[in-house]
Amino acid sequence: MPSIPTKAIDIDLLKEVEQFLFHEAELLDERRFDDWLELLTDDVQYVMPISRSVSAAARGSEITHAGREVCWFDDDKTTLAQRVRQINTGEHWAEEPASRVCRLITNVQISAPSASEVTARDRFLIYQNRLETDQTFFVGRRESLLRRVDERRLQIARRTIWLSQSVLLAQNLSIFF
Amino acid sequence: MDALKHSLQEMVDLKRGMISRKLFSDPDLYQLEQEKIFARNWLFVGHESLIPSPGDFFTSYMGEESVILARDKAGKIHVMLNSCRHRGTRVCRYDQGNTAAFYCSYHGWSYDTAGRLIGVPHYQEGYEGQLDRSRWGLIEVAQLANYKGSIWATWDASAPSFLDYLGGMKFYLDLALDSSDGGEGGSEVIGGIQKWIVASNWKFGAENFCVDHYHNPSHRSVDLAAIGPSGKGRRDIEGMRIIDVTFPGLGHGACARISGGDLAVFANYPPVAHYFKRAYAERQRHHGDRPAIWGGPGTIFPNASLQGFQPRTIALWHPRGPLQTEIWRFYLVDREAPEEVKNILRRYFVRYAGPSGMTEQDDMENWRTATEATRGVIASRYPFNYQLGFGRQLPSDPLIPGVVVMQDLSAPSEGAQRGFYARWLQLMNNGD
Repeated sequence: MPSIPTKAIDIDLLKEVEQFLFHEAELLDERRFDDWLELLTDDVQYVMPISRSVSAAARGSEITHAGREVCWFDDDKTTLAQRVRQINTGEHWAEEPASRVCRLITNVQISAPSASEVTARDRFLIYQNRLETDQTFFVGRRESLLRRVDERRLQIARRTIWLSQSVLLAQNLSIFF
Repeated sequence: MDALKHSLQEMVDLKRGMISRKLFSDPDLYQLEQEKIFARNWLFVGHESLIPSPGDFFTSYMGEESVILARDKAGKIHVMLNSCRHRGTRVCRYDQGNTAAFYCSYHGWSYDTAGRLIGVPHYQEGYEGQLDRSRWGLIEVAQLANYKGSIWATWDASAPSFLDYLGGMKFYLDLALDSSDGGEGGSEVIGGIQKWIVASNWKFGAENFCVDHYHNPSHRSVDLAAIGPSGKGRRDIEGMRIIDVTFPGLGHGACARISGGDLAVFANYPPVAHYFKRAYAERQRHHGDRPAIWGGPGTIFPNASLQGFQPRTIALWHPRGPLQTEIWRFYLVDREAPEEVKNILRRYFVRYAGPSGMTEQDDMENWRTATEATRGVIASRYPFNYQLGFGRQLPSDPLIPGVVVMQDLSAPSEGAQRGFYARWLQLMNNGD
């Protein structure tokens, strides 16, 4: 039976990670995208695979494999910066006028901490409203590999996002997760 | 029926270059399209690389209807309606996989991968052995074509062969399906199909690829962000001649990009630049000393759109009611390309196209708002304008098939779109 390692949790580290993730969500909600880029390591991997409906026997192929199959996002820092640059032109019509986005980040768990890295898993519920009545809810889970750059600072070295949808029930993925 | 014919002629007034907004919103026209267009034309279903082994299947759509693309035990490819013959329930509930049989979750009828009914619960006691199982197999398409690995099908037994249906469009489909060195059909679909829902009529996507070079300024933000693989604009078109063509009577439209002089693509990715340089030299050996031709956007009537190079993809516009489309995107690469090259290409393709693609996001926004504008009582009294490049006569191009409607990006044309709607009108009027 898998054990729930409540005792082993470093509460201070958990609090630090939570505050980091909440701060990140706030930067994105406030559309401070250039500041958000500062939270990413130069070698960041940012991936959102696609989910498929498969039989119980074929669960291994439910999620597309980043690195050899198609994903919704398969970005690095250069391409994320391009996305930010595009939004900042003021002519990216999928985000102009800008979406109103509110990110709820919850169920934060940490694991495998070392002196330099910690893995954070969480759930998200993101509300996006555009123009007059357009609205989309994005729900899913994420895993972030956070790297300690100095005593007081973490950065995101890898983020994987699993959206709880197969056919995307949204016109666009024009926001960051 | 004459009244319908008359009103269709009025709605699609190609002599004056005007098309009624009702084509994009009217529920009756939409229903007629399902019957006259989707139930009769050749539709793209998938690719054989998605079902390499016996028992492999991939579920797809033909119009609104779910179909199974399957490779049977003997290796033969089938396309069948995904609907039990007893009460209609889907016999395949998965996007893809491998199976010995399709099993209905409702009353348990089962079918083998060739569509034969092989299992009927209570066959002896319930049907007293009277049910002729050979007559109750899955409904198979009337014609199927495996063209260089791409699978196409039609429900119309009297439809022309797929190659006749394609006509000169074959050249442009080849640009997407052949390997970059010119080898016949050396492409494969990368695993993972993007599927998403947009509140847009299906024809907005189809006509955009058929071929709308006029909307180029809508993509200025992505050009400014310079996502192109050589660090400029959104793709490599510098120094290329860009030509759009139409195929009268067939409804297809396409674009070719013809390299002049040096081949400079993927400059920021040396392994890919090197790969295409070598492939191009090889292609010259196959095809003789002609300039390199790359595939641009195109639409095979009615709802399969192509891009042959940057990105290299097949898009489907599945109708979901007059005001909604389910878009699918398959991405293609050379099967024999090195992994490193495939990886760079795949990442570039999804940054460009699809709902997370920086270019296509803005298209979706525009198709949706165009669709919105087709519903109002007042707005729908005013037709859309399709007069761009009207009456322009251009010489044919010896390098590529099709009637040339645009030979320079500075003078775009809606000639291929007019060709698309001319075919639409003909089919809606029952003509062939």
